[in-house]
Amino acid sequence: MADTSKEAVKTSTTNGGDRPASLTPQKINYLRALEAESIHILREAVAEFARPVMLYSIGKDSSVMLRLAQKAFFPGKIPFPLLHIDTSYKFPEMVEFRDRYAREIGAELIVHKNQEALDAGANPFVLGTQKCCGLLKTKSLLDALAEGDFTAAFGGARRDEEKSRAKERVYSFRDSFGQWDPKNQRPELWNIFNSRINKGESIRVFPLSNWTEADVWFYIYLEKIPIVPLYFAKEHNVVIRGGSIVVAYDKWDLLPGEKTQRMVVRMRSLGCVPCTGAIRSTADTVPKIIEEMISFRRSERENRVIDHDEEGSMEIKKREGYF
Amino acid sequence: MSLAANQETWGFESFMERNLEKDLLRFTTAGSVDDGKSTLIGRLLHDSKSVFEDQMAAVKKSRINRSTGAVDFSLLTDGLRAEREQGITIDVAYRYFETPRRKFIIADTPGHEQYTRNMATGASTANLAVILIDSTKGVLAQTRRHTYIASLLGIPNVLVAINKMDLVDYSEGVFLKLQRDFDALAKQLAVAHVVAIPISALAGDNVVERGAHMPWYRGPTFLEHLETVPIRMETPSDAVRFPVQYVIRPDASFRGFAGPVASGVIRPGDPVVSLPSERKSRVKSIVTFDGDAPEAFPPMSVTITLEDEIDLSRGDMLVSPAHPPRVSRHFDAMVVWFNAEPAEPGKSYLLKHTSRTVRAKALQIHYRVNVNTLVQEPVSSLQMNDIAYVEFETVSPLFFDPYTQNRITGSFILIDPISNATLGAGMIRADLADQTVADKDRITQEYVPVTATDRYKRHGHFPGLILVEDNPGLAARLERALFDDHFEVFHVSGDALPLSAMESQYASFESAGLVVIYSCAALAPDAKRKLGALAPGRFFDLSDLQVSEDDPDAVRKILSHLQSLRAVAGDGIRNKGN
Ligand SMILES: Nc1nc2c(ncn2[C@@H]2O[C@H](COP(=O)(O)OP(=O)(O)O)[C@@H](O)[C@H]2O)c(=O)[nH]1
Repeated sequence: MADTSKEAVKTSTTNGGDRPASLTPQKINYLRALEAESIHILREAVAEFARPVMLYSIGKDSSVMLRLAQKAFFPGKIPFPLLHIDTSYKFPEMVEFRDRYAREIGAELIVHKNQEALDAGANPFVLGTQKCCGLLKTKSLLDALAEGDFTAAFGGARRDEEKSRAKERVYSFRDSFGQWDPKNQRPELWNIFNSRINKGESIRVFPLSNWTEADVWFYIYLEKIPIVPLYFAKEHNVVIRGGSIVVAYDKWDLLPGEKTQRMVVRMRSLGCVPCTGAIRSTADTVPKIIEEMISFRRSERENRVIDHDEEGSMEIKKREGYF
Repeated sequence: MSLAANQETWGFESFMERNLEKDLLRFTTAGSVDDGKSTLIGRLLHDSKSVFEDQMAAVKKSRINRSTGAVDFSLLTDGLRAEREQGITIDVAYRYFETPRRKFIIADTPGHEQYTRNMATGASTANLAVILIDSTKGVLAQTRRHTYIASLLGIPNVLVAINKMDLVDYSEGVFLKLQRDFDALAKQLAVAHVVAIPISALAGDNVVERGAHMPWYRGPTFLEHLETVPIRMETPSDAVRFPVQYVIRPDASFRGFAGPVASGVIRPGDPVVSLPSERKSRVKSIVTFDGDAPEAFPPMSVTITLEDEIDLSRGDMLVSPAHPPRVSRHFDAMVVWFNAEPAEPGKSYLLKHTSRTVRAKALQIHYRVNVNTLVQEPVSSLQMNDIAYVEFETVSPLFFDPYTQNRITGSFILIDPISNATLGAGMIRADLADQTVADKDRITQEYVPVTATDRYKRHGHFPGLILVEDNPGLAARLERALFDDHFEVFHVSGDALPLSAMESQYASFESAGLVVIYSCAALAPDAKRKLGALAPGRFFDLSDLQVSEDDPDAVRKILSHLQSLRAVAGDGIRNKGN
C-alpha cells in the first residue's frame, strides 16, 4: 500500500493523542513576529532581484537591519554589499564604527561620496539644508545606485518616523530617475511583493516598515546589537544654534560669534554633524534610553534640522529620490 | 556595582517582559468621506497619549485647518502634500500606537469609490475592520461595500463605530436602529463577529474616555474593545505548508531551505513531501542564527535542512504527507481588479502565489459582484475596482488551499507581464481538477473505461469512510460542510442501512469515488474494526479525533483532517483490475 494512505491511517487514529498541539496554536512574541516579517522581506528581495544592496546609514535602524540580514541568510554570509553615502560631514565615531563593524561581520562595504559637489565646497551653511542634502545625499545616492547597477536597495526607514513615510509601501517603486510617485504606488497585499521592474527602474525595500522606535530599542537590547557610542550620553563640546544643540568637533564647525560649552548630551538619530541636534540626557545604557523614551515622548526626527525646514519637506525630498 | 543600578536593571527586565507579552492587533479603518475617520484616528492617537508632542505642535501651527475646533485631529493623520491640499486621504497609511495592554497597527484606508483597491490592501493583513457610520446618514451603499470587502478578505472581527452621536442628541434610539440595520447587513455577508459602539470622534465620547453624554451605553469604549477583542488566529492546522523562498548554500556541506511557515508545526524528524516533485524526506533540523530550533510554526521564518539530498528550489513547497494542499492548474478565485486596463478572458498574466510566479490566464468571468447591491452580474470584462468570481488556468500547477483555510496559500496577485503593474489580487475558492479540456472530445472517441484515477481527477479527492457514532446532528452538519468544500459526499444513516448491509454496499460507494459518512449508534470495537477494514487508510473514526461535541469549531477541525483525502494524485489510487 502506498505511503500516503499509511499517513492517513496514522492521522485518523493517533491525532489528539501525542499531537494535540495543532489545536492550541503556539505563539511567538510580537517582536519575534516583526523579526520574522523582516526576514521574509529580506529573503524575498534577495531571491528576486538581480543586484540588491543595503543602504547602510550606521544608525540604530541600520544596525537592526544588518542583524536581521545576518539572521535571514545564516549560516551563509550577507549576500549583498552595504552602501554608505558619506557626505563627509558624518561624525568621526560613525565612520570608525562603520569600518570596524563591517570588517567584523565580514560584509562588503561600498562608501560613496559626491566628490564633485564637495570639491565645489558644498556645505549646509552656504547652501541651506535642503540643497545640501539634495547634492550630498540624494544625488550621491542616485549616482551610487546607478554606478553599481543596483536594482533593489534596502533601507531602514520605518513608517512611524514621519507622516509621508506612513504611506510608503514595503516595496517602494522608483522610476528611472529614482523618484517616488506617491499617487501611483503599486497596491501591496498580504506579504506578496511585486518585484518586476524594467531596465533603469528600481525598488527601495523597507524591511523595518512596521517597527516603531521602541521596537528598535527593545530589539537592540535583547539582541545585544552594537551601536555607535554617540547614542549614549557623554560630555561633548556643543553650541546652541537655532534652538538645537549641535556638537562641535573643531573650530571650523563654528559660525562667527558662536562659543562652545561642555554639556552631557546624546543623539536620538545620527546624521551629519552640523544638522543633527543632540538632546540633553544622562542616559548612558540601552535600558536608560528606553526609560527616557517612554517617559518623555518626542518624535526622534525633531532633532534633525532638515524635516522642519519647510512643512512637508520630507515628502519633497522623497519625491526627488531621497530615502 | 551599586544597589541602585541593580534595582534599575531588575525593574527594566520585568518591564521588558511585560511589554513583550503584549499582543499585536492589526486593524483597518473604512468610512465614506467626511464620516470622521481622520478625526477618530487622530483622537485615538491623541487620547491614548501616543501623539508625540512635537508633531502636535507642528499641527497647531499648520496653515490649513479644515475644521472649526481648536485642534484639527485629522491633520495628524493626513500625510501627503497633495492630500492636504485637496483635503482628502487618498492612499493607505499605516499608523502605530500602543497602550499598556496591546500594540496596534492601523491600516488607514480611504473611503472613495475609486479606491476599493486601497481598502482591499489594508484589509489583507488585518485582524479587525473598523467601519464608520455617520449617525446622521445611516447605513449607506459605501457601508455595504466596506463590509463586503472586509468579509471577502477574511477579516474575522468588525467594529462598527457609529459616529457623530453629538449631532443626534446622543440618542439611544438612533444608535439601536443603526445597529439593527448593520446587523442585517452583517448577517447577509456572513460576518461573524460584529460589535457596534456609539461615539463622537469630535467630542471624544466613547473613543478612549466614556464621557457623560451616553449613560445608556454600557458596552466597552472604542479603545477598550480594541484592547480586549480576541485576536482570532488563522485556522490552526496540522497541515504543514512551507513555501521555499530561497536556498542557502554557503558551501557544499550545507543546503538549507529558507522560507516562512505558512501553516502547521514543523519538528525535526517529521515526514515531508516536496511539491511538485512529490519526493519524500524528513526534517533534519530547523536552523536559525540563534541555534537549532525544536519546532517552527507561523509566523516564523526559518531555514530547514532535510535528511535526504532532494533538489528543491524557490517556488517549491514542503508539505505534510497526510495533509497535502490542492495541486492544480485550474481553479476559481475571487478577484479584485486594480488597473485602468480592463481584465478580459484569454489575456495572459503573471500570477504570483507564495514564492511561485507562473503564467496564468483568466478562462471566464463567472460573475461580477456589484459591491453596492451585492447582486451578481454577468460581465465580459473587469473594470478598475471590480470584484468578480473568475476561473483561472495556470501554465504549471499551484499548490494551494482555499483562502478561507489559509490566507497565505490561498492568495495571489496578478502582474502585467509588460508594464509590471500589480493588476489585481485573488483569493482562491475552489479547485477545478485538470479534466475539462478532454471531456468534450471524449464522447466522440472510442470507448475508454472510467477509472478510479478519472474519478479522482474529477472529484479532487479519494473515496473515504467517516464513522460518526451517536450524533446524527454532527453527521448532517459535516455532510453540508464537506459538500460546500467540494467533496462528493453522501450521508448514510445506520437506520436505513444496518452495519451488515453497509459492509456489502461500501464497495460500490468506493468505486463511485464517494466520501461516505456513516452515522449510527455506538459500535462495539469488533464491529468498528470490521468497518474500518472496508476502507484501509481512508477510514476516519471521529471518536479518535477527540473533538468535543459542544466545540463550535468541531466541523472545521474535522474538515482539516479530511483534507488528507486530497493527497497528491499518483499515490494510492486503487484502480480496479489494474
Ligand atoms: N459633530 C461632529 N463632527 C464630526 C465628528 N467627527 C468628525 N466630524 C467632522 O466631520 C468632518 C469630516 O471629518 P474627517 O475626520 O475629516 O472625515 P474623513 O473624511 O472621514 O476623514 C470634519 O469637519 C470633522 O470635524 C463628530 O463626532 N461630531
